[in-house]
Amino acid sequence: MEPFQNFTGIVAPLDRSNVDTDAIIPKQFLKSIARTGFGPYLFDELRYLDHGEPGMDCTHRPVNPTFVLNDPRYANAQILLARENFGCGSSREHAPWAIADFGLRVIIAPSFADIFHNNCFKNGLLPIVLAPTIVDDLFARAGGPQALRVEVDLPGQVLVLDDGTRIAFEVDAGNKERLLKGLDDIGVTLEQGAAIRAYEERRRREAPWLFVAPPPGLGV
Amino acid sequence: MGAKTLYAKLWDEHVVHLDENGTALLYIDRQLVHEVTSPQAFEGLRLAGRRPWRVAANLAVPDHNVPTRDLAAGITDPVSKIQVETLDSNCAEFGITEFRMSDPRQGVVHVIGPEQGFTLPGTTVVCGDSHTSTHGAFGALAFGIGTSEVEHVLATQCLIQRKSKTLLISIDGQVGPGVTAKDIVLAIIGEIGTAGGTGSVIEFAGDAIRALSMEGRMTVCNMAIEAGARAGLIGVDEKTIDYLRGRPYAPAGDLFEQGAAHWRTLVSDPDAHFDRVVRMDAAKIQPQVTWGTSPEMVVPIDGQVPDPRDEQDPVRAEGIRRALDYMGLEAGTAIRDIRPDKIFIGSCTNSRIEDLRAAAEVVKGRKVADSIQLALVVPGSGLVKAQAEAEGLDRIFTEAGFEWREPGCSMCLAMNADRLEPGERCASTSNRNFEGRQGQGGRTHLVSPAMAAAAAVTGHFVDVREL
Ligand code: SF4
Repeated sequence: MEPFQNFTGIVAPLDRSNVDTDAIIPKQFLKSIARTGFGPYLFDELRYLDHGEPGMDCTHRPVNPTFVLNDPRYANAQILLARENFGCGSSREHAPWAIADFGLRVIIAPSFADIFHNNCFKNGLLPIVLAPTIVDDLFARAGGPQALRVEVDLPGQVLVLDDGTRIAFEVDAGNKERLLKGLDDIGVTLEQGAAIRAYEERRRREAPWLFVAPPPGLGV
Repeated sequence: MGAKTLYAKLWDEHVVHLDENGTALLYIDRQLVHEVTSPQAFEGLRLAGRRPWRVAANLAVPDHNVPTRDLAAGITDPVSKIQVETLDSNCAEFGITEFRMSDPRQGVVHVIGPEQGFTLPGTTVVCGDSHTSTHGAFGALAFGIGTSEVEHVLATQCLIQRKSKTLLISIDGQVGPGVTAKDIVLAIIGEIGTAGGTGSVIEFAGDAIRALSMEGRMTVCNMAIEAGARAGLIGVDEKTIDYLRGRPYAPAGDLFEQGAAHWRTLVSDPDAHFDRVVRMDAAKIQPQVTWGTSPEMVVPIDGQVPDPRDEQDPVRAEGIRRALDYMGLEAGTAIRDIRPDKIFIGSCTNSRIEDLRAAAEVVKGRKVADSIQLALVVPGSGLVKAQAEAEGLDRIFTEAGFEWREPGCSMCLAMNADRLEPGERCASTSNRNFEGRQGQGGRTHLVSPAMAAAAAVTGHFVDVREL
């Protein structure tokens, strides 16, 4: 994974609460067995007026002019602003894949669904939780005639708005380090292979019922 | 130290390593795998030249894409077909047991795990699927994960986790007749909201929960995720243990009794501290029907569709307005006046034998109303289907005008051919009423199996207790 670098980007305000992962990437696109290529179908049902199917060329599809990501002000937005419980619903990691593939790097909301929040960090995305009043204020600013530009400083854990306002944010220390270093989780965990094996040995003695051999197959 | 919650007990038993900032490496005993969220995980393993850490800890089954009729014809949608074939070939390559489409044990992943005894009390269970919370009904710490984590578990048998907060939801007293596990959990979500459990593991307790069968408990834990929770849990009792005895993947003989002795300790200690406690009076819970596009948009059968003008909070009012618009409903409409076009009885929430029995009891001797275009029953697994057929439930359904299908996720999420057309309204026993969940433009009302059956035979929502 690429290390997360500080950047300044445009904020696209998606004024909805409970945005679920099926809205982020509808189920028909889950049939792909790849990890990439979901960006053109991000928010497919909201973004286009026709019905999207995997493999469609999106450059000629009719777009929904009222959808925020189709607004010229927010072209090339890198920060998504949303309301509470963003990313609820299915655990599909296709949602953060689509968001990242589209070019977004940060999502700001008053709250996130847990699995989605977790999935973001595995894909170089930074989800930021801010108080509802601050989110309200950001919506007011981002909805103006001039798009709002925000600098994201992850090491410093601060957002700097274009008028100089600074907004501090919290991020779990482990997740922050993984983003900044672009770490491969599996490699890091495998360094603890001996501890995992020792744990398994102990469990085999203490809870042998967990390690019974599976039943013979039905030969199907 | 001292008194511990069930969650703390499960957590402590599975910590392999804890680092300074509170992040744990948690051991995973069981992983269920399905075709939608696993291909990229296997691909990741292959690219890194890694093998599964412990093959026997995994069990795979295709469910989301499988057709529910004409299985002999195979999958006609080429993209779905590739996904299921990819699961087959990945499992063969890595030596993982898979119940293929043709296997009589095939079914929805959260139905077959418990049915096979693969899910055991005191285990950690994961799956690349949010409704993994279902397995918490057995006193197992079970939660949904993303595909990167599926790969992580395959490669290391562990996950990087932080401890969650705890929320105790106690349903005190007993529900009245005709009120089911589904009504209880919908009422809970109506009470605490879809973000009410965010960051928490919910333990469900109280007399009304204890009184539920294992099937009912699975229904409740299944929907913990719709309350935003990381996982749902119910303490172990003799019902849990009896359910597991003799299941193919459960231990047998002495080993089972040894396990059972430990499982009996898997309850929260009486003085255990929870971060938050919610108590509800079971007697007040009525059969529930959702009216909107989020499971928290729910009212009792006697209720009405709410009016956004009565909502103070402007964001919430806008949410209601949008939901009414999508659902094609007027504020103030009585729930009883809502007329579904289709009926779906199935999904990992409500497709177990008890669910089918409850629905069949309502349907027996009645006919599906003329206004209903399609009424589907999709059993949760091949074994549930066989059991139901042995009991004659299939004939009750088909004689009434229901279609009796093969197991799978089906119209719960419409990845196969079973789906709603734009504007169609469905009484569904599944768990999500999000926009487009059952097909683009489809309108979902979540209900219990008995309530779905009642709507099928009357053509509108009705209090099943009055039939
Ligand atoms: S039945 Fe529905 S909720 Fe359950 S696993 Fe299948 S798609 Fe998911």
